[in-house]
This record gives sequence, C-alpha cells and structure tokens, in this order.
Amino acid sequence: MRRVAIIGVGATEFGELWDSSFRDIGIEAGLAAVADAKINADQIDALYVGNMSAGRFIEQEHIAALIADYSGLARDHIAATRVEAAGASGGLALRQGFLAVASGLHDIVVVGGAEKMLDVSDVESSIIQSAALDQEWETVLGATYPALYALIAKRHMHEYGTTREQLADVAVKNHRHGSLNPKAQFRREITRETVMGSPMVASPLRMFDCAPSSDGAAAVVLCPLDEARKFTDVPIEIIGSGQASDTLSLHHRRDICTMEATKAAAQRAFKMAGLTHKDVDVAEVHDNFTISEILAIEDLGFFAKGQGGKATEAGLTGLEGEIAVNTSGGLKARGDPIGATGLAQAVEIVTQLRGKAEKRQVKDANVGLTHNVGGTGATAVVHLFRRG
Amino acid sequence: MATAPRFWRENPSRYNLVGFKCNNCGKTYFPPRAICPVCHRKSVGKIEPVKLRGTGKIHSMTEVHEGLEELVPQRPYVLAMIEMDEGPRVTGQVIDCEACDLKIGTPVRVTMRKLSEEGSSGVIHYGYKFVPVREKVDKTP
Repeated sequence: MRRVAIIGVGATEFGELWDSSFRDIGIEAGLAAVADAKINADQIDALYVGNMSAGRFIEQEHIAALIADYSGLARDHIAATRVEAAGASGGLALRQGFLAVASGLHDIVVVGGAEKMLDVSDVESSIIQSAALDQEWETVLGATYPALYALIAKRHMHEYGTTREQLADVAVKNHRHGSLNPKAQFRREITRETVMGSPMVASPLRMFDCAPSSDGAAAVVLCPLDEARKFTDVPIEIIGSGQASDTLSLHHRRDICTMEATKAAAQRAFKMAGLTHKDVDVAEVHDNFTISEILAIEDLGFFAKGQGGKATEAGLTGLEGEIAVNTSGGLKARGDPIGATGLAQAVEIVTQLRGKAEKRQVKDANVGLTHNVGGTGATAVVHLFRRG
Repeated sequence: MATAPRFWRENPSRYNLVGFKCNNCGKTYFPPRAICPVCHRKSVGKIEPVKLRGTGKIHSMTEVHEGLEELVPQRPYVLAMIEMDEGPRVTGQVIDCEACDLKIGTPVRVTMRKLSEEGSSGVIHYGYKFVPVREKVDKTP
C-alpha cells in the first residue's frame, strides 16, 4: 500500500448560496483545490464526489460525471464516481480516493463533496434528510432526525447526569470557533441563553442544538506521498482511515448513548496510523446536534463515557483545551451541506496542520482527526492526518 | 411519497407487532428479519414468527415540536423508544397522555391507531402507538 498525501484543498462559503447552482459550487471548490495543488487538469486520474441526495434536493442524479464535465474534464474521460452514505458521504468519498491512490490504481485524485439543500422548502428538506433513517420502522412511526438524537440526549442525561447547559456549551463553543472562520455559515458568538431560549425542536433539543441546512462544497487533491513534494512544501499525509457500519435503526443498538461504529472506525484508523487518541491535537467531529459532539468525543476516546458534557463545560474542547474540537465551527456553525461536510472537515484539518488557520490556529498542531457520521450512527468514517 | 404496497408489505408486523424468535439462540427480535444478527447462517430455517405481548417501558422519550407534517399533523407529539418485555426495542408515539406524565421507565402498552393519511381522500395508514399503563388499584380482598 502506498502512503497518500493531500496536496491541495478548497471550499466554497457555506450558507444560503441562492446565486449559485449545484454545479457552480462543485466547480468552485474543485478549482480552488486544484489551484492550491498547482496541478493541471490533464494530470487528474479520477474524481470522487460525496453527495447524499442530489436526486431529491435538485432532481439531478449522475452528478459525478456532471461535475467532471463542467470542470472541463469531459475530454479527459476521467473516472468519476459518486459516493453516498447519508451524512458520512463526504468522509466516505475521501476514503475511496485514499484507497484508490494507496492501491496504486490512480496517482492524482480529486475528492469533492457537495450538497445544495436550500433549493427546497424546510419541510421538503426534512423529508429528504429523513430518508437516511429507517423508513419502515422509524420515520413512518413519527421519528425525525432531531427526534432520534433527542432520544439519545434524554438517555445520556438520564444515565450520566449530562445537563441541558452542557449541551448548550457545545453550541456556544462551536459558534465561538465559527466566529474566527471567514468561511463559516454563522460567524457570530452566542451564549447559553441563546441556545436555551431558542424554539424547541424535539425536547431537550432546541433550534440552536441543531446544525443548519446549508449549500456548499469542499474538495481535496490526493497523490502518493512520495510525489507530494513536487506540488507542495507542506504535504499532509493521511496516516489512518477507518470505516464502520452499525444497525440502521437507533433502537437496535446495544446502547443508544454509544456509537459503536464511531468506536470501530476510530480503532481501525488509529491502528493503521500506529497512534492513540492521545496523539491527536485537533479534531473535526460530527456535531449535527450538540449531543452528537458529546458522544463523539467519548466514543473517539478523548473522554470517558459519560464525561463528554463535563469536559465541554470545563472548556477542555476549546482552542486552548486538551483537545481542540471543531475549530472550524463544526457542522453547527461552519454549516452542514451534507455531502460536503466530510471534506470540509478534511479542509479544516489540513489548514490547521499547515499552520494557516490564523485566529483559530491550534498551537503546534501536528496530528489531526476527522469524524463523519451517517444517520444516527449507521455509518462512521474516521481519518487521521499528519504533517508530511 | 411511497405507494400503498410499500406500506401493505409491512402491515402484518405493524398491525400485530409480529417479530421473530431465533430458535438457535432463543432471542426475540422486532421487526422480522431473515437472518438472526447473532447466529447468522446458523439461524437459517430456525426463524419463527412471534407476536409480542405489547407491553414494555419507556427507554427514552422526546416531545417533538417540529416534525414531518405529512406523517404527524398534530404537534407537539411524544416519540419514545420502548423496551418491550420480550427484549426488543421499538420506536413509536406515546398518546393519550401529556409528556410531563411520562418518564424513562414508565410502563406502556401497545394500541392500534392511524399513523398517517395520504391527503384527505387517500389511503390511511395504521400501525402501533403506545399508551401509558395506568396503575390499577387491586380491590380484591
């Protein structure tokens, strides 16, 4: 297996991008990544695109070929593949690109993620997103995304004494980080009161416990590590890649307060890298809800089960904390264009490891982690990165 | 939206809480599956349908204020994960009560109700919901 490096990154702004189409944002992110890597179109062997539901959000399927075409690559006939695993589509696309380069099959691969969620109404968007849950045994019976995460939150509070305030602290911290990220959807700080005074969605989760709907795209360029210095002085190596699945329905999990897919994916990634959670300096985790970040920092091993809320309250996950979590603002403040999210996480980690994160820079960041989840934890993808 | 047959296929289980018992490991599951998730291939031919008694207790719950209008027109509503007495957990609404009357551990029993309808003259979908079990005062001497 060859070692793989990221040599270029790019992303659009995340948010309500009314003036841009799906293909516009896909190309903007891809071009930015390709320009950052200083490669030419004819050097690209393959494209992977993470996307959850273009067919329902914009009534367009077959989007990998579409993005390749409008990126001007039609005459190069590159291999273009769409990858789907609900919220984990982007992370999984990155893994496919990683595998393709590691195997020796492809040399230069562009991995993008894109979602255009705001061309449909809020209600339509919720219906589309709920397709990632079990339609037969969850959705039909009244379960929504926030409702299922609310069941996790309620149980976590019951078992471990996690408080409503601690949930709010996740959103407050991620908005603080988002305020330092010029590309974040929300760049305004909030307080506990903002969260706890916002409209109830599914108790105990309120509007400010939920990541927003967003339009956006992000991309990275991969190549073999041995060749990376031809393109960049600071290659970022992907040193670990782990993927895992679990039951589609939340009610079939052994313990709804633990995402076993996260644990398994992390274990595989750490084993590949020969590292442990203690080696990680900065992590982008899947905070689609505030409770999700608490589960993530426990299941990734940073804190003991049940201690995620207390750790957040104590500031251990801030920029100056024990482990800097979601320095980009996370899904909560950076935005969550579903298929783009896993790539946006990678873009942030690369930016941190290059030392280019400006006001949100984590000091001496050397090892970074991304954690991307589909559904309520039926898919998890974890990647580890290090300065090459 | 999905068409009627998609719902009909699952009706036996959705109307009657029919799960399955794996006669290899003896465990009961809901909803039915062709393969036992513990015994894998050893369970083939040893799967037997089993109707759950319909009683259990709340494992976790939420009051949903923003939902999918097509599925649940009335709001807020209570959605819970119920741990059935036989072991499996199921997701469903808890009705005929206020959210404040419920907590983790509250005993509930199943009831058959309307889940949703496809427009004012379309197909009506039925299935299970849950109601709290009121404590009975034993008056026998």
